[in-house]
Amino acid sequence: MKEIKRYWSSLCCFWSSSIAAEFEYPLNAWVELLSVLGNLAGSIFVLKLLFGNGVSLGGWSWNGSLIVLGLYTILDGFTTCVLQPNLSRIVNHIQTGTLDYVLLKPIDSQFWLSTRTVSPWGLPGIIAGFCLISWALIKPSSSIGYGLPSGGAMLLAIALLIASLAILYSLWFVLAALSIWFIKVWNATEVLRYTLVAGRYPVSAYPPALRLIFTFVLPVAFLTTIPAEALLGKSSSIWAIGALGVAGICLTGSRLLWNYAQRFYTSASS
Amino acid sequence: MAIINAEELSKTYRISEKQPGFAGTLRHLVQRKHREITAVNKISFCIEPGEIVGFLGPNGAGKTTTLKMLTGLIHPTSGKLSVAGHKPWQRKARFLGQITLVMGNRQQLLWDLPALDSLKVNAAVYGIPEKEAQRRINELAEMLELGEELLRPLRKLSLGQRMKTELLAALLHQPAVLFLDEPTLGLDVNAQVRVREFLADYNKRTGATMLLTSHYMGDITTLCPRVLLIHQGELFHDGSLSELTQKLAPCSQVRMELSKIHSIEDFRGYGDIHSLEGHQVQLLIPRAELSERVAALLKRFEVVDLEVSAPPIEELIGGLFRHRDKL
Repeated sequence: MKEIKRYWSSLCCFWSSSIAAEFEYPLNAWVELLSVLGNLAGSIFVLKLLFGNGVSLGGWSWNGSLIVLGLYTILDGFTTCVLQPNLSRIVNHIQTGTLDYVLLKPIDSQFWLSTRTVSPWGLPGIIAGFCLISWALIKPSSSIGYGLPSGGAMLLAIALLIASLAILYSLWFVLAALSIWFIKVWNATEVLRYTLVAGRYPVSAYPPALRLIFTFVLPVAFLTTIPAEALLGKSSSIWAIGALGVAGICLTGSRLLWNYAQRFYTSASS
Repeated sequence: MAIINAEELSKTYRISEKQPGFAGTLRHLVQRKHREITAVNKISFCIEPGEIVGFLGPNGAGKTTTLKMLTGLIHPTSGKLSVAGHKPWQRKARFLGQITLVMGNRQQLLWDLPALDSLKVNAAVYGIPEKEAQRRINELAEMLELGEELLRPLRKLSLGQRMKTELLAALLHQPAVLFLDEPTLGLDVNAQVRVREFLADYNKRTGATMLLTSHYMGDITTLCPRVLLIHQGELFHDGSLSELTQKLAPCSQVRMELSKIHSIEDFRGYGDIHSLEGHQVQLLIPRAELSERVAALLKRFEVVDLEVSAPPIEELIGGLFRHRDKL
């Protein structure tokens, strides 16, 4: 209990100090807000074009696709809030040798490296994502809206959203941890971010080969499509259990890899 | 009981080698050549609680590698090691709460924020209650002569002020063992003196053990009654600085200005003649016989001026390394 309290108060200090540091540059907030709105408008425009001829997108309706897009926007906001500011620093810590200071603190180093900073500039994305999902669900013309999901569907969707956050985090962390061996892996995390853009459309909209890749190689399907299905009450229990399982495996894998990688850390020369 | 105990401690790195030029790069891509480098080779030493020990050696001698093994940042390749009763490389929280590492060339505090914000983070991580943390910050700030500097963003502080805030951050959890890697690097003479005074005072007040590396001999001569001298990964000397001087320069240098000109023959039996130019003569005399020989010289010659000195320690150590490199 004492340990949990220590970790909690550390997290509070981490985040209050990093928010204070971020507000040294307040213009970022406006730039990020414009960027999120621009991206969202672009994505909706593309969806509108696709649905313009009345076709469905891989069996998904307009509103269903908006829910997938909303989930993607939430994940992208989470990336901006937590993943990008923290995990991009791991490479820097290793290159400059300041990882020494992290490893010498009596706190779990993975916890420190994953939570030390938070950037509020991802919040507009998260809020926009939730707004889009809500709008798609409760749109007044109920002929195309789905209506509010049942309590069970809502709970399952929340669990699957948490699972998708865990998968996304693990993928980023594993790539960042590889920098202990390869140092310059920052480009790989950028590639990952842009590959995951595929998650803004339902995975069934892609050709079969890509669908396989997005399910079993890069788990894009587990990030947005499966939680969206749960929200729409279309979820199959096998896929839902699969998503939770993949999240567990990814988290455990990232943990094991980090513990293993630390043995190879030689620290930068002085 | 020793707080630091190293027995036959070694560290070997495996490094890849690349020939210069494009052809070398291609060859490096296809067929990588590796070589093993022994950074630290079977060094043994003990440090008692409360000691301040200087860790000397040229760049690449193995000082930082040893410090990193002692702090648990890297695994030793072989040998036994215990620091504050722990095996450092296990990096247990209880061990990490008892040590600290200060590096003159790296900083742990946030660049954009006042030091006080970073200090609060450290206090939370080490589980120090808020009131106690504030008390310790006030106490250390007073010792380090820090005041409103703690409220200014770090980027707006001078190098000396930044080092003092780094020291404050490193000592907030009251570590029993301090590893200081070039803590005065880049500081001006006044700032160096203040940091030294603080470290001496801190050691006296808390009884903390300190292992200090520095290229500024002033740090070592002021703070360290004992020094470890390491070269090419091997321990060359473990003892006091005066013993090291004795070991490296068993003779003192005696320079005399005489009222008359004398020949070399006149100085036979008094010591080795280093130089003789006009009225000036320089002799090298074994320390053990210094007073007796100088008394005899004063009796025999009409001396206008006399100066007895030991060669500067920097020159002695530099000379030693140059000599050993040639061997």
